[in-house]
Amino acid sequence: MSKTIKHHLTDDLLMAYAAGSLPEAFDLMVATHLSLCDDCRARAESFDAVGGHVLEQQGQPVSMSDESLAATMALIAQGAPTPKPARPGCAVLPAPLQDYVGGSVADIRWRSIGMGVKQAILPTGKDATARLLFIPAGAAVPDHGHNGVELTMVLQGAFSDEVDRFARGDVEIADEDLEHTPVADIGEDCICLAVTDAPLKFSKLVPRLFQPFLRI
Amino acid sequence: MFTEMNTATIDEPPTETVVSRSWRAKKHIKGKPVNGTKESCDTRAEWVDHVKRIRDTQDQAAFAELFQHFAPRIKAFLIRSGSDPAMAEECAQEVMATLWHKARLFDPTRATVATWVFTIARNKRIDVLRKQRRPEPEELGWGPEAEPEQDDVIVLQQETAQLRTALSALPDAQRQLIEKAYFGDLSHREIASQTGLPLGTIKSRIRLALDRLRHAMN
Repeated sequence: MSKTIKHHLTDDLLMAYAAGSLPEAFDLMVATHLSLCDDCRARAESFDAVGGHVLEQQGQPVSMSDESLAATMALIAQGAPTPKPARPGCAVLPAPLQDYVGGSVADIRWRSIGMGVKQAILPTGKDATARLLFIPAGAAVPDHGHNGVELTMVLQGAFSDEVDRFARGDVEIADEDLEHTPVADIGEDCICLAVTDAPLKFSKLVPRLFQPFLRI
Repeated sequence: MFTEMNTATIDEPPTETVVSRSWRAKKHIKGKPVNGTKESCDTRAEWVDHVKRIRDTQDQAAFAELFQHFAPRIKAFLIRSGSDPAMAEECAQEVMATLWHKARLFDPTRATVATWVFTIARNKRIDVLRKQRRPEPEELGWGPEAEPEQDDVIVLQQETAQLRTALSALPDAQRQLIEKAYFGDLSHREIASQTGLPLGTIKSRIRLALDRLRHAMN
């Protein structure tokens, strides 16, 4: 667990996660961040407590059928569902991401999108997109704005933009108002999880994706 | 086999004769009642003991009592969230079966049983009604070699009772919006205006519990 996370999730994202109303890609972002950040995990679990209250204080519980307890005991007798395969630890991918990648960082099926930059789209519901991004050390992502909300969390390395520097566990939340040019630190290749509920839009007519920032 | 009184302790192991008295003693630790009124059942610490009994001895009587209390609430919650009654019935049974199978993962220093049941029911709703996977954070558990401190369990129950009181005191309109959010009636964008809930104390408590858990895990 990282102790140096500076950029956290917002209360409205955590409440929506607790209420269960986020698109799957955003759930994946929140679950991944919570795996690294106990501050946000505590906030998320306090929003769960609100849900516990809502469940508990409903005015009219609906009675179960007469045989429901017996049916449930029969269900229990069938045994627990097969547990997820135990995955070897991965220094880059927290457990929820490993489930989507099907293994560790070595199992990511990268596709090159030019200039050494690679991405891997993760299989989530279509109302939002989740992808892993690989940005070579020192490379830049060209100026771009956002149609919707885009969350980017660093898993390895770091990047900096007009807002701040973001390292492992940090989440940058970009909305319509932010135009930025993220640049990966030169020390290490940068791997991020990025989720968005709208396609990225690039400021330049022909996006020269991910120009090398430093000729190293 | 088990009555209200002889299951009403979180002391372990419960003994038939002295249990009800020790529960009364616990009830007023540090001058605060663990359970506000008779009706506010979810803060009764004995649900914690019920789950522990399921985990340790596959206690069907404890499960039956939990079922009687929670299954009708889960069913109502799912119907309110858009499920038809037949599916809600089936899902409530599955949620209760999950509670049985995952009893070892319940951490009473971070959640009441009602909170934990809510998370299982919510995930079932996402799975069945929205037909979507639900990514969850890496699981953290105390494991067989370390158990949480009883005092931490009691304090969490108390914090939750206070949260309930604070939520009940909110203006009607805000309370109804919170309910709508948790029944799945608000989109994640509509939820943005609903933050600013009185969660500071319980959050700090859960944060402390996580620190202790991390310490125990290392």
